[in-house]
Amino acid sequence: MKLHVDWNKRHAEKRELSPESLAKVNELMTHVPEGKHKSALIRVLHLAQIEFGWLSIETMDYVAELLKIQPIEVYEVATFYTMFHLDPVGKHVFEVCRTGPCMLVGSDDIISHIENKLNIKVGETTQDGMFTLKTAECLGACGYGPMLQCRFKNHEFLTKDKVDELIDAYRSGQFES
Amino acid sequence: MPIDQANLNPKYMKGRKLLIEQVNIPGIETFDVYRKNGGYRSVDKAIKTMSPDDVVEEVKKSGLRGRGGAGFPTGMKWSFLAKPEGVPRYLVCNADESEPGTFKDRYLMEYLPHLLIEGMITSSYALGCNLSFIYIRGEFMWILDILEKAIAEAYAQGYLGKNILGSGYDLDLRVMPGGGAYICGEETALIESLEGKRGNPRIKPPFPAVKGLWGCPTVVNNVESIAAVVPIVNDGGDAYAQIGIGRSTGTKLISASGNLARPGVYEIDLGLSVEEFIYGDDYCRGMANGKKLKACIPGGSSVPILPHYLVTKTAAGEDRLMTYESLSDGGFATGSMLGSGGFIVFDEDQCIVRNTWNFARFYSHESCGQCSPCREGTSWMEKVLYRLENGQGNLRDIDLLAEINKKIEGNTICPLGDAAAWPVAAAIHHFREEFEWHVTNKEESQTRNFGLSKEPVSA
Repeated sequence: MKLHVDWNKRHAEKRELSPESLAKVNELMTHVPEGKHKSALIRVLHLAQIEFGWLSIETMDYVAELLKIQPIEVYEVATFYTMFHLDPVGKHVFEVCRTGPCMLVGSDDIISHIENKLNIKVGETTQDGMFTLKTAECLGACGYGPMLQCRFKNHEFLTKDKVDELIDAYRSGQFES
Repeated sequence: MPIDQANLNPKYMKGRKLLIEQVNIPGIETFDVYRKNGGYRSVDKAIKTMSPDDVVEEVKKSGLRGRGGAGFPTGMKWSFLAKPEGVPRYLVCNADESEPGTFKDRYLMEYLPHLLIEGMITSSYALGCNLSFIYIRGEFMWILDILEKAIAEAYAQGYLGKNILGSGYDLDLRVMPGGGAYICGEETALIESLEGKRGNPRIKPPFPAVKGLWGCPTVVNNVESIAAVVPIVNDGGDAYAQIGIGRSTGTKLISASGNLARPGVYEIDLGLSVEEFIYGDDYCRGMANGKKLKACIPGGSSVPILPHYLVTKTAAGEDRLMTYESLSDGGFATGSMLGSGGFIVFDEDQCIVRNTWNFARFYSHESCGQCSPCREGTSWMEKVLYRLENGQGNLRDIDLLAEINKKIEGNTICPLGDAAAWPVAAAIHHFREEFEWHVTNKEESQTRNFGLSKEPVSA
């Protein structure tokens, strides 16, 4: 759990969600009873993170405005859930599962292989801003490990060779829609 | 998702497949194909021929026990739901699936989204809910898309929305994601999260059945429990109760992982022997690479670990069966639990100290932080275990762990503290020699594994 928001991290670029996402936010607010629209918060934070890459203070304030709630209500949620990046991240974030069942089938080796291959440590971003490596607790793929997730896409039954191919594929833009 | 389907084709598994029979039918994720193969019959039957109480009665008769891990009878949970006049009540499906070793709900939702939706409609009708939710863990965002697509189809076909099948019954069904927090699988934390807050569990009572989502009566059920309502209503609770042994009725999805030749999701009749499940050709086909079995955690990371000599046989020498009762036979001393069915198998090359540390790190990471015994205790356990694993421990550390354990269990709002403490206690109980070896043979412990534990002579 990350405890603090770094108030010096600013994110002055674009701040408005795309029209499609804004339409989705409005739709989500109709999914719950009158006055309970705060329920949409986690979903909206995901939408914002997909568009902006990470959640800056400005983005969180903007989400608060959208949902007509206090900024603190957004900060306390964004800092609680581990999927939200509160610091800038690379273009592709590799989240490698490190929990028991994945460890039994070699996740430790996969993590150090990625560290060597990208020349970064867990938590760091490559110089070119292309990759961030994170570890995650159990991602629900225990029978298909080792695995990593990158923007909601699972890559399972990993081997070192597969990781090399994957890095090349992401570098060449193969997974961009 | 590139799941190795050939490994998991239910056609090649023995026994009844009440839930995943149709998983390999092309297009089964669409309403039309699902409907052509008998889908939504339980909704037709319930809404047209049964009262809500009739449905609850069938679920009670089935003996279905909550498939999320606790094993509490679903029908009884439903009958506790308060029904005050003029107050809405909610059904929430717990699709947070985050217990390490468990990946069965994901399989159901990914391949048979309409089965869950059908179960949600039939169950919501039984409970008198007009707005129901599926709370899915945020990391399953692609499954959220699959579910929303299926839900849109169900709306278009008149199975959701106003006046379902002309009965006058209205139901809206929505999917909400989490944000990556194990604790949100605990029902009151899940409710907090659904309300758009941090996932801090609530003090019980009041139970959600009385005061849940937005202060209204709420039932929270696991994905597999909701899906099981479909065959129960179709074929009757009695037929379901005939499968299994004693109070372990019906079929159960088992997520098999670790060092097995064929890991994956299996649907078994409760009562299958553990021996057949691990070694049978229809199931996991034994250990990977011909290794020896060292240990097994049969019900997800929160349940006690069993050493090799207690996996297929109980302490009394009877065959261990895949049932709630048989897996817990012997209590803490020589048993474990069926839990969520997260069946994790260790081969002889695995280090129990390292694995215990790994899970302790998991619980420390996932503690929500509101109760100090859990917040502090889980992180101390993690640190002490790290020390032991890395050859820096001393013999007192082993007793220190037991002491920390006692200070966590029973002293927290929710069961995460217990879930963190018990597996450590069980690992030390069964593998004390291996823990001590890490202290007495510090250097050796960094270069090789301890190997199998010896069976106590008295056992």
